[in-house]
Amino acid sequence: MRERRLWSWLAVALGGLYFLLPLVGMFDFSMRMQRDGYSFEAYRVVLADPQFQQTFGYSVVLALLTIVLGILLIVPTAYFVRLRFPGLRPVVEFLTLLPLVIPPIVIVFGYIRIYNTSSVLPLTGSWWGTNLLILFGYATLSLPYMYRSVDTGLRTIDVGSLTEAAQSLGSGWTRILTVVILPNVFVSVLSGAFLTFAIVIGEYVFAALLNVGSFGPYMVWMGGNRAYEPSALAVVAFAITWACMALIQLVTRFSKFSSVRR
Amino acid sequence: MAFLDIQHLEKSFGPTRVVKDFNLDIEKGEFVSFLGPSGCGKTTVLRMVAGFAAPTSGAIRIDGREVTGLPANRRNIGMVFQSYALFPNLTVAENIGFGLKVAGEGKAAIARRVGEMLDLIGLPQLGGRYPFQLSGGQQQRVALARALAPRPQVLLLDEPLSALDAKVRISLRDEIRRIQRDLGITAIFVTHDQEEALSISDRVVVMHQGIADQVGTPFEIYNRPATRFVAQFVGTLNLLDADVLDATTGKVRLGGVPVALDQPLHGRPGERISLAMRPESVELGRGDSDRVVLSGEIAAVHFLGSVIRIRVAVAGQFVSLDTFNQPDRPPPSVGTTVEVSLPHRDLLVLAA
Repeated sequence: MRERRLWSWLAVALGGLYFLLPLVGMFDFSMRMQRDGYSFEAYRVVLADPQFQQTFGYSVVLALLTIVLGILLIVPTAYFVRLRFPGLRPVVEFLTLLPLVIPPIVIVFGYIRIYNTSSVLPLTGSWWGTNLLILFGYATLSLPYMYRSVDTGLRTIDVGSLTEAAQSLGSGWTRILTVVILPNVFVSVLSGAFLTFAIVIGEYVFAALLNVGSFGPYMVWMGGNRAYEPSALAVVAFAITWACMALIQLVTRFSKFSSVRR
Repeated sequence: MAFLDIQHLEKSFGPTRVVKDFNLDIEKGEFVSFLGPSGCGKTTVLRMVAGFAAPTSGAIRIDGREVTGLPANRRNIGMVFQSYALFPNLTVAENIGFGLKVAGEGKAAIARRVGEMLDLIGLPQLGGRYPFQLSGGQQQRVALARALAPRPQVLLLDEPLSALDAKVRISLRDEIRRIQRDLGITAIFVTHDQEEALSISDRVVVMHQGIADQVGTPFEIYNRPATRFVAQFVGTLNLLDADVLDATTGKVRLGGVPVALDQPLHGRPGERISLAMRPESVELGRGDSDRVVLSGEIAAVHFLGSVIRIRVAVAGQFVSLDTFNQPDRPPPSVGTTVEVSLPHRDLLVLAA
């Protein structure tokens, strides 16, 4: 028994080292900008860089818009698929998984081909059009995470009965979705939203090929031109992702009407 | 014209007809139960009245207004579900006030009505709780209050007691009936539990394979079942095959013995018919002179406490009878030859 435990711990330790060592190395390197010892100088430089602020701000806004679009698109879809077309679930699930199978570069080349300046809908020709295109692209990228988490949330409630109860009390579809369904899958929507946020913040391919000034291309540019700052930036990016994960946990735990106490 | 009028209602799912020519008139303030085994179509009829399912044909009228094509949210119907279906994100008070809020009532009016409803269901102190903090019985009470708060024209209850334990089921059953009587609201109650249906309804509709086999008061349904199915489904019943000897005088051969039923029969001599009798109407011994007497052998004795159920083999068929336990009279032992008897009027002749 004790021996088996030892092996388990060993496996955990090895896995932990595999993940943590590069991070520790990177963190260590990012602190060595000044010759005379450890300092947060690289972080100070990065955070003070107006380009960082601008690209990061842009990506945050884009991420938030992507989340809103994702919620508007996914919650009603997943809800009606569950309520009215349960037979379509495997099909919709497959469709939402496609962004994981098709590389973003293929999608973005498709976009450029279809929406270029000589096309019927020349979205790439204007600032608004390009931003709209990248927003739709990110919403596509977030599909696998958003749909799965919303669908999981819907599984935990009795969608059919709640809908019928609300209908018998006089509710129309908008009220059912916003007052009954959405608050009950809110935690799931949030976890999908945080994952989406993490993806959009670091996305490179769409942003680079559509030539928008977002955080992903900035990180790559930084990596090619500076020594210590890229590591600091990577640590910052990791911290953002982890903060998102921690927020998912927190929100799940403190959801006040959840019957599942963790 | 009746308050709730259901005419020639039919429902098919593909080639399967689950409700066939269902007709029913319900008076205002009446409490009607749909009773039947699962798959008999009772819930489908209820869902069509609620507007959750569209009938294939037929019409539903409430208070003279045709509602057949109306969506569920415009029918003014209160519904209570087996699974309670309380909104988990809303408090008890918010759940009860939900329908009033949808109807656009003011905050003060909602608060007043919610208070009334909480008093009605006897849970005045629980308005601030969330559904998961309540027991099953309390949740179903809240669901009832929520359905009643917007003053619906009709209250529909879809097996509301099935998910509760036996004790709560009985107390809540009585409470539902009390509240329904107090408010004078028209109610339809769907159940597969015959005791539930018989104990609280003004009328019972026994459903079988999509058809209303019999509509009547609990007393009629139990004592004068119209079909073999109703007789078997409601209560315990002895069914015996008999051969017609003389239809006009009502003579049959039962267990090898000619028996006079004192009622004219349908059927030619030699034809086989079904006779039914309730266990509580059969007695051990010959009894008075004006009784049907059968002889047989004790096949089994079940001691149930206050009641003893005895199975008697009569010419290859079985008759169950109930007697009260008497400490000075032990039950007969298995294998004893006995005579059993019952009043002529308690012997029912059933249509197939």
